[in-house]
Formats: sequence, C-alpha cells, structure tokens
Amino acid sequence: MNRLMSWRAPVLSLAFFLLLVGVWHALTLPKSAQQTVDSEYAALVGAAAATGQKSAFPAPAEVGAKIVEHLKEPFYDRGPNDKGIGIQLGYSVARVLLGYLLAALVAIPVGFLIGMSPTVYRALDPYIQVLKPISPLAWMPLALFTLKDSSVSAIFVIFICSLWPMLINTAFGVASVRREWLNVARTLEVGSVRTAFRVILPAAAPTIMTGMRISIGIAWLVIVAAEMLVGGTGIGYFVWNEWNNLSITNILTAILAIGVVGMLLDLMLARLTRLVTFPE
Amino acid sequence: MNEPLIRVEGISKKFTGRDGAVTTVFEDLHFSVDPGEFVCLIGHSGCGKTTILNVLSGLEQSSSGYVFVGGREVSGPSLDRAVIFQSHALMPWLTVMGNIAFAVSSRWPEWSREKVREHSQKYIDLVNLTGSEKKRPAELSGGMKQRVGIARALSIQPKMLLMDEPFSALDALTRGVLQEEVLRICAETRQTVFMITHDVDEAILLADKIILMTNGPYAKVAEIVVNTMPRSRTRHDLHKHPHYYRIRNHLIDFLVDRSKAFAGDSASHDPRHPPLVAPGLDPAEAAALPAAGKPLVAVK
Repeated sequence: MNRLMSWRAPVLSLAFFLLLVGVWHALTLPKSAQQTVDSEYAALVGAAAATGQKSAFPAPAEVGAKIVEHLKEPFYDRGPNDKGIGIQLGYSVARVLLGYLLAALVAIPVGFLIGMSPTVYRALDPYIQVLKPISPLAWMPLALFTLKDSSVSAIFVIFICSLWPMLINTAFGVASVRREWLNVARTLEVGSVRTAFRVILPAAAPTIMTGMRISIGIAWLVIVAAEMLVGGTGIGYFVWNEWNNLSITNILTAILAIGVVGMLLDLMLARLTRLVTFPE
Repeated sequence: MNEPLIRVEGISKKFTGRDGAVTTVFEDLHFSVDPGEFVCLIGHSGCGKTTILNVLSGLEQSSSGYVFVGGREVSGPSLDRAVIFQSHALMPWLTVMGNIAFAVSSRWPEWSREKVREHSQKYIDLVNLTGSEKKRPAELSGGMKQRVGIARALSIQPKMLLMDEPFSALDALTRGVLQEEVLRICAETRQTVFMITHDVDEAILLADKIILMTNGPYAKVAEIVVNTMPRSRTRHDLHKHPHYYRIRNHLIDFLVDRSKAFAGDSASHDPRHPPLVAPGLDPAEAAALPAAGKPLVAVK
C-alpha cells in the first residue's frame, strides 16, 4: 500500500510531462500544405518556406535532438560566438560564485556586527531599507562607469544583489540569539570571541544559511539579465545571441539548462542549511 | 559562626517604565547563605524572585545594595556561581557531552580534550545520563534536559549553585525523582545551593532554610523559616515526621494570607534581621534550645 503510494507522485509527474510534450507537439504540427505563392517561386525557395507548413516554433522532438547534441559536446569552442552550452554555463556559474562569495565575505561579518549592536542596527537600517529594493541592474551603468570593465561589472552586480539578503538575515539571526544562551556563556565567563564563534554563530547559522539560499537564487536570476547586457560570454549572452540567430531551439535548451543549474545551486545550499540546522 | 558564603545587604531593584514611573520590585533585602547550606526562597510571582537570583549570579545589577560572595563584592557573572535555568538553557546544536564539555573547557581552558571529556563523563554519570552522551537536547525528555543542566552546573565545581525554579516545568513524577537526585547529589558533594521555588513541598524537602518573601511591589524578606527536620529526610518519610505539617501549614498560611498583609505589621519588622522562625518545633522543644546565638522564635 505504502509502496504504491510512493509511486503515485512520480507517475503523475511523468503524466504531466507527457501531456505537456503532447500538447506542444500537437501545436507545432505542420499545417496543411497549401501553396500560398507562385509555383515557380516555390520551386526557387523550397516547398517548406513557400507554404509555411512548418511552424516557426520548434517541435519537442527538435528541442530534444538539440539537447542531446549539446549534451554530447557541451564544451566545444569555435570562436567567440560559438561556444558549447557547458562553457557558457561555466562562465555564468563562475561569475555568480565569485560575486556571491565576495558578498558573503562582506555581509556575514558586517551583519554580525550590526546584529550585535542594536544602535548600529538602527543607524544602518534606513540605508539597508533604501538600497535593498534597488534592482541590481540599475547599478550596471554605474559599475561600468567606475569599474570600466564589463566582466568585473557583472560580478559587481551579482555582489550587490546577493549582499542584502545575507546581510539582513545575518543581522537578524545574530540579534535574535536567545538571551538564555548568552547568559549561559556569561555565567561561564566565556570571552567575547569564543561566545561569538561557539554560541552566537551556531545559534544564528540556520538564519544565516536561509539568507545565503535566498541570495544564490537571486544571483542566478540576475546573472542572465546581466550577461545579456554585458555580452561576451555566459548563458545570458548565449540566450541573447541565439535570439539574434533566431534559434528558438537553442533558446529553449538554454532556458531548460538555466532552470536545472538554478535548481542544483539551491539544492546545494539546502544541503548545507540542513547541516547547520538543529532541532529545538 | 563562620563567614557566610553569600551575604546580601540591602539590595533593591527599581524599574523605570515607559511613562517614567518607577516601580520598586523589592527593597532592602538582607539574608545570607552559609557554606554547605541549602536555602530556598519562596514568594508569589511578581516579588522579583528571578531578579534576586540574577543579581546573585551577577547577570543583573541591583539598583542599590551589595552582594558579597566569600567576602568579595559581586561585580558580574562568575564561574564560582553556577546557574541552573528554569528553561534548562541547553545549546540545541550540541550533544549532551558537548554541552557539558563546553562548560568544562570554559572553566579549565588549559585542559586537553581527553581530560575535558573524562571530567564531563563523570558528571553525566552523576546525574544518571550514562548512555545518552551523544544525544541532542531535542531527543531528551524534559527531565533529562534538566539533568543535563544540573550536570553542566556541577561540572564546573562551583562554590555555589543557583537554581531558578528548576523543576517547575516538569511533571510531578519526574519532579519527585529529580528532587531526590538533587538531595542525593547535595549530600554527596556538600554543595551550597540557593534555589527559587513556589512549591512548598519542594522547599521543605530540600531546604535547610526557607526565605519567605512578601508580595511585590516593595517585596521584602518577611521571615526565614528554619527546617528542623533531619537532613536525611526523603520524599517517602517526609510527611511522617511530626514537624512536617507544622512547617507546611506555616508556609501555606504565609503564602495564602500573610504575604499580602505583611506590610501591616512592619512596625516591629527589622529588614536587616528578618525573624528566624522554627515552626516545626513545639513550644517545649523550642524552649529547650540554647538561647545563645541567633534568635529562634517559634510561631504557633
């Protein structure tokens, strides 16, 4: 009975997938071949172009074939405008991780200090509240102007968008460490550094990790847009380049890849969060 | 008489509300705890019991007055005074062993990991938690958590144990078992204990001296009841002793009626020397006691 139940969700999932692909396939089926142009012209341009029988939107089978093609050779490099999807994703992930780690290096210690002092918390709160809702892409021109390098600017944009959730969550986590744990440390005459690392950090770790998980999600959302702007490399650039090539098949493949990588990043952080979470 | 381990001289606590009104929770408290003594403090909620304990531990400052421990004034928390918190206050990310080892390595930072573990194990065994070393607090029952709290407090070998209603969150059966355990451990280690409670039976079972507080605000020490029953008392034979009901009735009379009305008969009350009473004794027994030393007033 239980084993049967555990199979239900995957089976339903598969059914949804088949339904989706089925509808997609049906919608992209070639329309009835009715010649709309002169037959001589048709002979010149080829039957397909002349009748418009083939939908511009690719059929699932074509996308599937494209995915297989990309998977077979994800890392090829044939010049600046023709790189494998794996290479492009690699560039994006590297940018995200770099900007994200820099943000963590800043946000966690600063958030720690903000959380420890209610005065600093209140003093910096208006700045955080104003800076937080700014779309990271709005920083792009400023970054390009001051940093004078598109690649560094993209990393900066990732930095600035991952900063706020980590900063706010760290400060909140540190500020809301239970009084009694701090009192235990005080009655044991534990020094402030040891209290910070042995009591406050583990107590705030789940909240900090939640902030880090939110940040990686936002960073991955933003990198695609940022790379569309700065160009050169990365999955965002790939999508834009394929739009210029009018290759919907490649765009669909890239969209799927973006989703899968985003899911993997989130999964990684979820694993890490579970490591530091404690049951109350 | 030896120098008391803890001497409290005229402490008071005032809070200033948002509207600027000053509330005096308690004022001009005087009492002392001798080495090896088990002292309980009883009073209704709102008389500042927990604040008194926090002042003794050094976690809070009194608004005026002094607390001396071993002749030195208390200026902050110290490893000399271990606190057992009502909410056990275990760190949920550490195991039982980790919680105790954290305290032990705070007390003796120079000890090797192995020595810390060995020392912690001794106290885990003392509170009968052998076998649960690797468990997290979340996997323990309420009683077991409080045992860890007790082991953690004892493991740093403090001069003084401060307990803030440690068993009030437990069910009656577990509470009884733990009270006996505390009785046994205190008999073994001759530990000095100051404990806050609102449970009359708990006080009679554990305490040598019971400090009675009047109701707040302006709470005071009304009197100090001496427990005249032998220290070998247990939960099973406690109620068979002739002193038991006399002490118990005295305490309950106080909590029900006199704690409210006490402000009335304060004319003869000297806060510096709250009357020491022994309600357990009948007048003949009381008269037979030497008149020298501290005053012993038997209130019938």
